[in-house]
Amino acid sequence: MGVAITGMGIISAIGHSVAESKTSLLAPKSGIGTLKHIQTKHSDQIKVGEITLSNADLTTQLQLPKDHNYTRTGLLGLFAARAALQDAQISAISEYRTGLISATTVGGMDMTELYLKQFATDPEAQKYIQSHHAGDSTQKIADALNITEFVTTISTACSSAANAIMLGARLIKAGKLDRVVVGGTDALSKFTINGFKTLMIQSDDHCAPFDANRKGLNLGEAAAYLVLESDDVIAKEQKQVLAFLSGYGNANDAFHQTASSENGEGAFLAMTKALELARLTPEHINYINAHGTATPNNDLSESVALQRVFGSHVPDFSSTKSFTGHTLAAAGVVEAVFAIIALQEQTIFPNLNFKSPMPETGLKPVTSVVKIEVQHILSNSFGFGGNCSTLIFSKA
Amino acid sequence: MKNVYLHSAVSISAQNTFDSDGFLEDMKPISGSTVPAQYPNYKDFIAPMASRRMATGVKMGVSAASKALYNAQLTQPDAIITGTGMGCIEDTEKFLNSIIGNAEEFLTPTAFIQSTHNTVGAQIALGLKCKAYNNTYVHAALSFESALLDAQLLLQQEEAKHVLVGGVDELGTEIISHVRHMEDANTNGIQVPFGEGASFFVVSSEAKAIQLVDMDICSTASENTIQQKLNGFLNNNEVQASDIDVLIAGRNGDVFDPYYDSISTLFKNPTELHYKHLIGEFYTASSFSLWTAFRILNRQHIPKPLIYKGETKSKISTILLYNQFKGRDHSFILLKR
Amino acid sequence: MTELRQELKEKIIEQLNLEEFTVADIADDDALFGDGLGLDSIDALELIVMLDKDYGIQLTDPKEGKEIFKSVAVLADYITDKRAK
Repeated sequence: MGVAITGMGIISAIGHSVAESKTSLLAPKSGIGTLKHIQTKHSDQIKVGEITLSNADLTTQLQLPKDHNYTRTGLLGLFAARAALQDAQISAISEYRTGLISATTVGGMDMTELYLKQFATDPEAQKYIQSHHAGDSTQKIADALNITEFVTTISTACSSAANAIMLGARLIKAGKLDRVVVGGTDALSKFTINGFKTLMIQSDDHCAPFDANRKGLNLGEAAAYLVLESDDVIAKEQKQVLAFLSGYGNANDAFHQTASSENGEGAFLAMTKALELARLTPEHINYINAHGTATPNNDLSESVALQRVFGSHVPDFSSTKSFTGHTLAAAGVVEAVFAIIALQEQTIFPNLNFKSPMPETGLKPVTSVVKIEVQHILSNSFGFGGNCSTLIFSKA
Repeated sequence: MKNVYLHSAVSISAQNTFDSDGFLEDMKPISGSTVPAQYPNYKDFIAPMASRRMATGVKMGVSAASKALYNAQLTQPDAIITGTGMGCIEDTEKFLNSIIGNAEEFLTPTAFIQSTHNTVGAQIALGLKCKAYNNTYVHAALSFESALLDAQLLLQQEEAKHVLVGGVDELGTEIISHVRHMEDANTNGIQVPFGEGASFFVVSSEAKAIQLVDMDICSTASENTIQQKLNGFLNNNEVQASDIDVLIAGRNGDVFDPYYDSISTLFKNPTELHYKHLIGEFYTASSFSLWTAFRILNRQHIPKPLIYKGETKSKISTILLYNQFKGRDHSFILLKR
Repeated sequence: MTELRQELKEKIIEQLNLEEFTVADIADDDALFGDGLGLDSIDALELIVMLDKDYGIQLTDPKEGKEIFKSVAVLADYITDKRAK
């Protein structure tokens, strides 16, 4: 059946909790808008999926001392990870062998980019020197949650959180951990805004995944975590299971540092591996939460890969990045949470802003909230460096 | 559950470890605030069109990986797993400074693209056209150990037969100078230079002379609990403290070295080695100690500069590696010949 | 015209870090992408910034680059043409 998921927590542009996210998805109401928290020259030329809470708001809500050196990535991460543990009704961490696997690409960059030139002289800024590296946010979350043993951080660009979930499942299956909090966190930063600007793949409008005239992505920020638990713990504690992670696969496109191959080879391999592991055939998949960044390259390559795996019967699919923006390292787990909500509600979510199918494939995503029978959901996350990951979630 | 064996080990470090087939015979003392690695002739390993975009860490990683595969007579690994504490910090600093310096105008994509943490693993895959599992760990002093642990898991669970795994970090210039400055402001700070390097390995479930018996990581432990941790680890592997011939510890002279003392007292007559005085401290420095252990077990010889204390035994069959950073990120790796 | 072509070759080599190439290695009509020099989409983006920064010519759609960056000769003609306007 796979690995049991017993809790989830999330914060993104469409809500500060699972319940709020659900409301937005069902409305359907996008969180994409104008950038507020970051000072950049490009704010008029981009749309983003920004979380409304400021760092000060998050500090208050998390009851942290004011002089902390959490970066925004860390604040968002702790917010969501704590919610995930609460959702799983876990209070005593040390009862079981518990791990934390968190994903990030931005790490402490949101503070480094503000204070780099003050690091030499300003004692206030200096506290952020040690929070630059990618492991810092994970370490802070682990400390706050009292997770002391297996703690690590994954960074494979936009597939990072999917890979964190995958590692967690493998550790549970191998009996190395009883329980593991898996997910990822990425804050918006000037670094990534400018970075994606140089790639000329940021849209100045609401992103339109899979549309023939798509202009590029909207960046977003988010953190989300799942709690995975072993069958023994589930039995012993009589835990309620939200859903199962029944399959996963990672493959490399080995084509180009940033561009996806024309035939979507990496994506094809990742999906095929995940289906094999889940012992499912393509017909079993009821809904696909696509990577669907709305860049010309990704959406075409992914569409071709979908057609290679599913032939002429591509299941209902959509990209919820039209709600949240592309949340980079967090995307895989944000969309995992959405997949679990879809399984619970037996409802799939629309691909907003879609108008006309791309001529190359003619594929049309789901464009409204639809109640259907959903047993298995496939979720894609692809990153720079050809890193392609697929997760399959199944109804509890 | 399958056993895990080391098939090759390659290291680029501040010492002549990459080009030389010897074993630290021409050791040079290092000093100063930072110390760069001795770089190989990259042209032997990387095509010019590929290397033109690569910063130091990517070049070191790709070269070390290439030689590790060659030494293990492997063309395509079943997985490529890397660990890096600071990631591609050179390109990160470059892009960051161009944002600041040009006020967000006229920015070009190369540094941004190359600054992504998984660039080393991705470039290795691209060079080999290797479509297999590819992952990158970025958890400070557990970055390499996390990668190795993932490799161990893949092999034990028979998800892979041969895995390429490595640790790499480059110095960069700006952040490291601030880190050094903070460190030196503290009299109990790290007493060796900050360094850089890349160590890559082929680990496999196919039996060979040197076995990676087991490993474990632990995010948080006190000087006392670390002893219990180690005892538990040795018990799990049915190894007595007296079986350990050599302990390789990650001492860097800072106020957290008592952790190593605490571990050391568990052994009666250990040959205790150190290495960070030869290559410097960095988040993936411990990958160098695995390279060292591989050479010691193969050659049954310990170069003098590595010895911290104790007599050298005539036969060396079991080695324990222990590393920590600032009292955090503890790791044990147990090897057997 | 010859001057501009020469200048572009120097800039391309420098901007794209083509250490193995000298100006003499690049013929005016050599294909810059694909089988010619072997440049890729990232190089195209680098060249778009070069056009903006050094010649004041802005491209909004990276696809436009495909035609413009065909060869040094084509690029030089494009720049000359744009400057005349």
